[in-house]
Amino acid sequence: MTTTATVPEDYCNHLLRAGNTNCAGCGMSLGLQLIEQAVGKDDLPMLVIPACCGIVTAGAFPTSAYGVPVAASTFASAPAVGTGLTTVAQLNGEKHFTMCWCGDGGTYDIGMATLSAAAERNEDLIYVCYDNEIYGNTGGQRSSATPEGVRTTTTPFGKTERKKDIMGIMAAHRVPYAATLSVAHREDFIRKFRKARSTRGFRFLLILSPCPTGWKSEPAQSVDLIQLAVRSGLFPLYEVFEGQRYRINAEPDGTPIERYMELQRRYSSKSVNLEHIKAGIEAQWHQLHGLAAAFPAREDD
Amino acid sequence: MPRAMLTGNYAAGKTLALAGEANRNARGCVSGAYPITPQTEIIEVLRAHEFVKGRVVPVESEHSAMGVCIGGSLGGARSFTASSSNGLAYMNENVFAAGYYRLPIVMVAVNRTLGPPWNIWVDQGDSLSLRDAPWIQFYVESHQEVVDTILMAFRVAEDERVLLPVMVAMDGFVVSHTLMGVELPEQEQVDRYLPACHVPHRLRFDHPATVGGLAWPRETERHRKDIQESMERVPAVLTEALDAFEQVFGRRPKGPLTAEHTEDAEVVLVACNTMARTLRNVVRERRERGEKIGMIAHKLFRPFPRELVRQAIGSARKVGVLDRNHSPGSGGIFWQEYATSLQGRDLLVQDYLVGLGGGDVTPQYIHEVIDDLLARKHAGEPVWEEVTA
Repeated sequence: MTTTATVPEDYCNHLLRAGNTNCAGCGMSLGLQLIEQAVGKDDLPMLVIPACCGIVTAGAFPTSAYGVPVAASTFASAPAVGTGLTTVAQLNGEKHFTMCWCGDGGTYDIGMATLSAAAERNEDLIYVCYDNEIYGNTGGQRSSATPEGVRTTTTPFGKTERKKDIMGIMAAHRVPYAATLSVAHREDFIRKFRKARSTRGFRFLLILSPCPTGWKSEPAQSVDLIQLAVRSGLFPLYEVFEGQRYRINAEPDGTPIERYMELQRRYSSKSVNLEHIKAGIEAQWHQLHGLAAAFPAREDD
Repeated sequence: MPRAMLTGNYAAGKTLALAGEANRNARGCVSGAYPITPQTEIIEVLRAHEFVKGRVVPVESEHSAMGVCIGGSLGGARSFTASSSNGLAYMNENVFAAGYYRLPIVMVAVNRTLGPPWNIWVDQGDSLSLRDAPWIQFYVESHQEVVDTILMAFRVAEDERVLLPVMVAMDGFVVSHTLMGVELPEQEQVDRYLPACHVPHRLRFDHPATVGGLAWPRETERHRKDIQESMERVPAVLTEALDAFEQVFGRRPKGPLTAEHTEDAEVVLVACNTMARTLRNVVRERRERGEKIGMIAHKLFRPFPRELVRQAIGSARKVGVLDRNHSPGSGGIFWQEYATSLQGRDLLVQDYLVGLGGGDVTPQYIHEVIDDLLARKHAGEPVWEEVTA
């Protein structure tokens, strides 16, 4: 016996099957469904999933909620295991793509060196970080993706540090394509995932992934929350081509950040320095506008 | 087979490359490579080799070197790497994972002292710290044995009755950096010796599976027991690998352990790697003086060949184990295994910690060990070389 779980054949050509163990309102479920819509059932990826909620999603042996082959890797190893898998596929002329599906802990923290190295080698991988801004699997501890002001079990009085700029880090690797994706902006999501699919080399995609359990929010409001995160300017939608050319996909529309925060009990009036957070958002947009103006994307990007 | 003067590292690197190339008509080979003294030359040789169907990925850490091997092997390719010392310690998590995934990866471990303090010389504590990982472990004496054992390692690892990774450990510097005459096989011979690598549970779209996901206690226990049963099949599979080796290469490498002069021996000394070569000369000398002394050159550490040990010890009354490793609070690791294997017998099993941190294990000191053993009435605490010498 090996640690292998199989799925019946008629369910095989779905990325994420019904009956998985995800919480209601989980951004990961939305993301995986949108990815299937973007590429279609005939072009589903081979997955590498490190330790994160994404592998709990599969359920316990001998079942699996994934209709595609999945390597459940050690926490920090998804891009290394993905390198091995995509290399074998290349050597054997296989056409499918390999996708690392990782949480923010595995991306921003423990997997950072592995991610950086795979990006530097420009491995033929799509790396998706579904970022719920906490260690969700272990019950909600801070990560370097946790935003300022957020209470977690290891920042009970609110996190004092700002969230790491992972897009800036990946752009600095000059990867062929990096983009932020919103589960509340379906067409933009699908277009950008298709762009990633048609690009070769290392592609980095960041999804802000609502987590009702960790964010202390209503499952039914998950999509609304991401909508608010984009409109308020907290989660900018943009693309970076070869680390050099920028395209902004949506501008903030003046929606106050308070509306986003009020719907989540992870923010509290005691933990949040609203002026500081607003200044941070403003500074980020100032930088982004500058980059997009000075280094605009080409028409064919 | 042409004979050439080669370093242990070069011989190991070339042999891994030959084995990787031999899978060119199947799914090729994929490796992760990361340097560390004293194995670095191995991964340099691998990186310099132009594979027909293979790639050696220069990664950022040992942890990822094994990660790439895991991915390669899960994709059905032949995978291999090399490491030493703190590199093996850093790789630890993925070393365990590779075995629990049941992947037939081969790794050359060039033994080096674990730090701190930083010390690059030979000590088997690094690979032996991985003794509880689901890996087969060989400890080899000579350059030729490096080549032969690596080739057999692939045969054993990839056998469907086994499907476990294999570690081949050699002495840092004493073997890795010295030149000896070695018969390096031709590609054509390796092609004949190694069947196409077949990983039955490789990831594939026509049978999508989640490999390495969650499991309940009962399934996990079953998984562990399967590994134990596969370990138990290793000696038989190894014998077949030796037979096939003889057919292809015209000579027969050593088996799990080699008992020498043990038939009438009252005292048996045990050693592995190059220590066994020094011990051999000392035992010959003592035999010439008429002393009934024998030895075991121990090669297969996991699975530990308990029954072969019991047979080899025969009717000896005293066993002295030379350990170039130290498990703090216990003693030498080979000694622990010998003491366990010989439990219930009326004999004395004494541990001697020798050459820790790469100190030379001299014939003179082995004579002293033998004298100590001969005079002993009871086994005691592990004997430290510095204390007695």
